[in-house]
Parts: sequence; structure tokens; C-alpha cells
Amino acid sequence: MALQPQKHPMPVQKPEVRAKNFEEVAQGYDEKTAVAEAQRCLNCKNKPCVEGCPVNIAIPDFISKVKTGDFEEAYNIISQSSSLPAVCGRVCPQETQCESKCTLGIKFQPVGIGRIERFVADWHNANYKGEPKIPAQNGHKVAVVGSGPSGLTCAGDLAKKGYKVTVFEALHLAGGVLVYGIPEFRLPKKIVEKEVETLKKYGVDIETNVVIGKTVTVDELFEEGYEAVFIGSGAGLPRFMGISGESLKGVYSANEFLTRANLMKAYKSDAQTPIMRAKKVAVVGGGNVAMDAARTALRLGAETVYIVYRRSMEELPARKEEVEHAEEEGIKFEILRNPVEILGYKNENDKRDPKNGFVTGLKLIKCELGEPDEKGRRRPVEIAGSEYVLPVDCVIMAIGTSPNPLIKNTTAGLEVNRHGGIIVEESTGKTSKNAVYAGGDAVTGAATVILAMGAGKTAAKAIDEYICKK
Amino acid sequence: MYKIVKKRELNSTVTMMDIYAPLVAKKAQAGQFIILRVDEEGERIPLTVAGFDREAGTVKIIFQIVGATTMMLNAKNEGESITDFVGPLGCPTRTDGVKKVCIVGGGVGCAIALPVAQKFKSLGCEVHSIIGFRSKDLLILEDEFAACSDKLTIMTDDGSYGRQGVVTVPLKEAIESGEKYDEVIAIGPLVMMKYVVATTKPFNIKTTVSMNPIMIDGTGMCGGCRLTVGGKTKFACVDGPDFNGFEVDFDEATARADAYAQFEKAEREKFCNLFKKEAN
Repeated sequence: MALQPQKHPMPVQKPEVRAKNFEEVAQGYDEKTAVAEAQRCLNCKNKPCVEGCPVNIAIPDFISKVKTGDFEEAYNIISQSSSLPAVCGRVCPQETQCESKCTLGIKFQPVGIGRIERFVADWHNANYKGEPKIPAQNGHKVAVVGSGPSGLTCAGDLAKKGYKVTVFEALHLAGGVLVYGIPEFRLPKKIVEKEVETLKKYGVDIETNVVIGKTVTVDELFEEGYEAVFIGSGAGLPRFMGISGESLKGVYSANEFLTRANLMKAYKSDAQTPIMRAKKVAVVGGGNVAMDAARTALRLGAETVYIVYRRSMEELPARKEEVEHAEEEGIKFEILRNPVEILGYKNENDKRDPKNGFVTGLKLIKCELGEPDEKGRRRPVEIAGSEYVLPVDCVIMAIGTSPNPLIKNTTAGLEVNRHGGIIVEESTGKTSKNAVYAGGDAVTGAATVILAMGAGKTAAKAIDEYICKK
Repeated sequence: MYKIVKKRELNSTVTMMDIYAPLVAKKAQAGQFIILRVDEEGERIPLTVAGFDREAGTVKIIFQIVGATTMMLNAKNEGESITDFVGPLGCPTRTDGVKKVCIVGGGVGCAIALPVAQKFKSLGCEVHSIIGFRSKDLLILEDEFAACSDKLTIMTDDGSYGRQGVVTVPLKEAIESGEKYDEVIAIGPLVMMKYVVATTKPFNIKTTVSMNPIMIDGTGMCGGCRLTVGGKTKFACVDGPDFNGFEVDFDEATARADAYAQFEKAEREKFCNLFKKEAN
């Protein structure tokens, strides 16, 4: 059989349809397509893809099982390395990880590893009826702070080794960024729920509504008999630009906008949490969060949505697939632009005019690319006198976050770097405080789901070794 | 689930509840707040802690029935439960170095001012309290304030109880008559706090205000509760809710506070209609 040079395309909802609903954009492979895509794998000897995976999933092994239609065994192989396969299959940047290393990719398109992974996880969730094997308890207690990707991974790995794990979550629902940040159309919430349910079957307890650092401190967790603590408390406080007009009504951080829409379900017409349904929206930033916010705004009924980014399309940090999806849906890219000021309505004659204080526009200045910065990305340089106003009624800032100080401020002996990220030993996730480990965005600042999972995994291994040695 | 152990109507629009939440009760201090959701579909609303009983494991909340969520909360009875109750959040009110304090409370803000007054009293401070309401029907917590204040002044807008006028009148009189306050703490509507600050500033008396704007997560994650203090963006939920009154940009905070006025009005009407339907 001749080798197909291209990946089997992912079936997607048509752009004009999906731009008006919150259903998942990518529909997933069917069995036949998954098997056919798996058959593109050369099963090469040196397996570079495994190196490209932050949690080192045995990729060729699970793909071999898909080739023969043994999807459940494929799932078991993925599960040995990943606690959240249905999530990773959807949100991992495979193009810069496993798939970027694929041997087939040298001459053709690489194997669609992420798409096959997603198929396997969805197949398991739809068809597998058995209960997971509960490991024998070893009598040791570990606390995990935060139920995002790093926390859930760390909890899952430790539970599978027999630890009694309790995950503490500040919000009312488990999942962290998977439920408050990543929108329904990219990662349906029922998939996160299912992954969390699976962890619970392994004996993981999840305590929602507990803010570690406030309700209970890290030191108190030790007093309660936990022998180690993993901190995966996430990214933290949203950044603003410090430009004039950021306090106007209609200016959101991406975190707030997405939390209202996702966690609080404000996209549903009967939701009790309000969200502004703006007609013209500008999203400032070029990462995945910016794409998520822009596409959410569109689905909430905006007529025009702009992405405002200070470099060019080449430098956009978002996943290529997300950028393509956004473009197909009609998101406009105002690239090489930097916001200068947010303009608001002000009726000088009537202080009670209800329109007062709402956003009317975003003033931008044009940029060109100058010399590369320390990361090698070309620095945007503003072109004097090139300002103009983009008429919008909502501005969403998606320019990153700085770490949350709640835990640091209440945990003596926990050291952080100058950005506020918790300092850890990279190979173990060990912090400056005995028996305390950390990982994910709380350490690195905003990064990807899979990197956070990798950190959770590393820490789980180190915690196990630490407790065994005690 | 968090059980409503006790419920009492303080007046026609203000209700007090004791909620069983032992972890929160163990840690809560005056000046901090909690976030609750009434049911699975509900929104998250912040309410400042109005008291706590560490032994009984209960936290007292006092709320004004203003929107759909507070209506739904008020519809719950003793023995029933609410879905979520998280805290204590924000920083406790600072009490160090204060020997004599004036607590100024306005309307339902008095519910938050009370534990602050009680805390200062328990530390041996001289506490003067000025509490203001629109009218006698809306008066709350008179006995409680009387018990923890060395001097209590009650003001009503219409003169139906206590003295007629706004809270800044007796405050100014007290200062001018030579009362030397180490600190004035104002808790109430934004406009009241703004005028308290305007009253104390000429005398340069340290003035703390409690900012309670729109909050969602309560842990600093969303930035929805941002306000400008001393020219810098602060988050009420992690940096506050107490701030130096001289530095708060009240006009901006006031403008932000009604961002969802239209939505809230519609929600409230929807909920009222639902009630009417059920009653029929």
C-alpha cells in the first residue's frame, strides 16, 4: 500500500456554523480513519517522537495497537504515562513536540499522533465499561494544591502507587485552567469531568472550595498528617498594560472573560453570571489564550473581533491550528500594532448618562520589526505618528499572568524567583521547603497543559522516592 | 454543601445567616470576605464576614436583597444548604498601633463594620461608632454596636430615628471638638466612603475604606475587582478589601460598580416573575 504523504484531515464543523455555537470544533477521527492514520507510522527504530513528548508516552507502541484495532490496549499504554489522554489529544501543541520529531515528517507530513491519541481516549471513554484496578493503599498521605493539569497528573500518579491523595481546589469545580480557561468548543467540559471521575475511582479525594494559603496553610497540611505537598496552583494574577483607560467598563482580563464564559457558563442564555455581549471586540495578545478569548467573543455574538498583536503573524505564539481556526472563523488580525490608550464614552453635560465609562475604542500605534531580543524574537518598534483608533466596545487583555502570591505569603521557607515563580529543582520539582514540591504555571509562569502535566509527573516520582526513603 | 444553621431578618431587605463552614470559621478575621454560590447554576458573589463562632464552626453573613442571587439566598431557610462557601479571603483589618478609632458604617455596610468594631474593642481600644441608615425601618445591629462602642451615634437620612443627616456631620463635629482618632474606618456605599475621606483628609487622620466591588474567583485570578489606589492597579480580593482611603480613586470605582446594572435588573425581574409564577 502506498504511503499517504498527508495526515488524514481532522473533520471539523464548518467555520460559518461553528462561529455561532459552543460545540467542539474538531469532531475527531472515526475508527477507520484512526486505523488508516496509524498505518502511516513507520514504527522506526529510534522513536524520536517519544523524546518529543514531555511525559514520554510510548507513542509507537500505542499506535501499533491502533493499527490492529486493539484500542483498549492502546489506551492502557497511553495511561501508563498520561493521566489525561482525552485532554492532551485535544490541547497539546503536538506540532512542536512529538510530531515535530516524527521520522515521516522529514519528507511528508508527520503522523497525526495527537489525533490518534484523542481517538483512543474517546473510544475508551465511550466503550470501556470496566472499573479501574484500585491499587493497594500504602498508608501514606499526600496533599496536592490545585486541580489543574499538573495537580491532577501528580495526584493520579501517586494514587496509582497506593498513596492516599487529597487535591485541594480553590474554585467550586475541579479542573483548573481546563474548566475555567480553555473553552468548551476546544475542550468540552464533560471530557474534563470524565478524567476527574476516573481519578476519583483511583481513590483521589477532591476538596473544592479550599484556598490553600487562606483556608488552610501548607504547614497545617503537614500537621494534619500529609507527608508531602505538591503545589500546582497555576498562573495567578492577570497582567494589564498600564495604559490609560484600562478601568473602563468593557475592559476584561482574558482570565475574567473566559472564567465568566466557561466556568460560570455565561455563554448560556439562562446563566446567572453576566458577561458583556459586545459587538466589536479587540483582544490584545497573540497566544492561545488570546485566540480562545477572541473565538469565545465571536460565539457570544460579536460582529467583529480583532486580535491585536505587536509582532507579525510569524511570531504569533499561539498554536498554528488555533490561529488557522480563528482566521477561518473570521477573526481579524491587527498585527504589528501596539495599544496606546483605551478610549471611553464621557458625556460632559450629563454625568448620569448610562453610556458614561463604557469603552468606545482602542488607540493603536503601528510597529515594525527591529533587532532580535534576548529570546531571538524580533522586537517591535513603534512608528512615530502612526496612531489610529479601532472602534470597539470591548477590550480583552490576554498578555499573560504573574504568579499568585497567596501561598508564598503564607508559607515560610518557600523561595520564589524575581518574577514570583516558585523555585524548584528541575529534575524533581523539589522546592526550598522540605517535603514541598511544585510544578506547572506556579513555577514556570503561563505555559502549556502538557508541560504542567510533565512537571506533575516528575514531582510524583520524586515524592514517591522521598517518602519511601523516609 | 454548607448548611444554614440560623436565619434572621434584620429588616425587610437585610438578612443575617449563620453558615456551617468549620474551616472558614476557624480562620476568619474581621475585614475578610467569603464567596458563595447558592446552587449549581448560581453566580459567585462575595460577602464580607460579619462574624464567626470558631467553636460552633459557623460564619455569619449579612446581606442586602439587591439582585437575583441574594433573592435566591434569602429564599433558603434554616436547615437548608447552599452549594459553595469559600474563604476566608482578602486581608484582615489591621489593628496595630491603634488606641482610639472611629468606625463609620453606612446601611448594610454596618454588617461588615460590626466585627471590626468588636475586634478593636476586644483589643482594648476606645471605639466610637457612627452608623447611618436611610430610615428607621432599615436600622440594623443597634444593640450589637452599642455593646462594643464607647460612644454610638445613629444617623438617619429622614430623621425617623437618631439624628437626621449624613454620617460625616457627627464625624466632623467629633474631630473639630478635639477627639483625637488614630484611625477612621469607613465601610458602606462608595459615595459615603468618598465623603468620609473628604471629611478626614483636611485633618490628616488615617482613613481606611473597605472596597467591595465585583469579584468572581476571589483569589486574584481574574482581575475583575481591580481598582486604582495611589495611581497603581490593585486587586481588591488579594490586596484588600481594606485600602488607604486617601489613595483610592472613588470616581473610577463608582463608574465600574454599575457595569452590569442592566443585566442585574433583568435577572432580578426574571427571578421575581418566577416567584410570582410559583405563588400562583
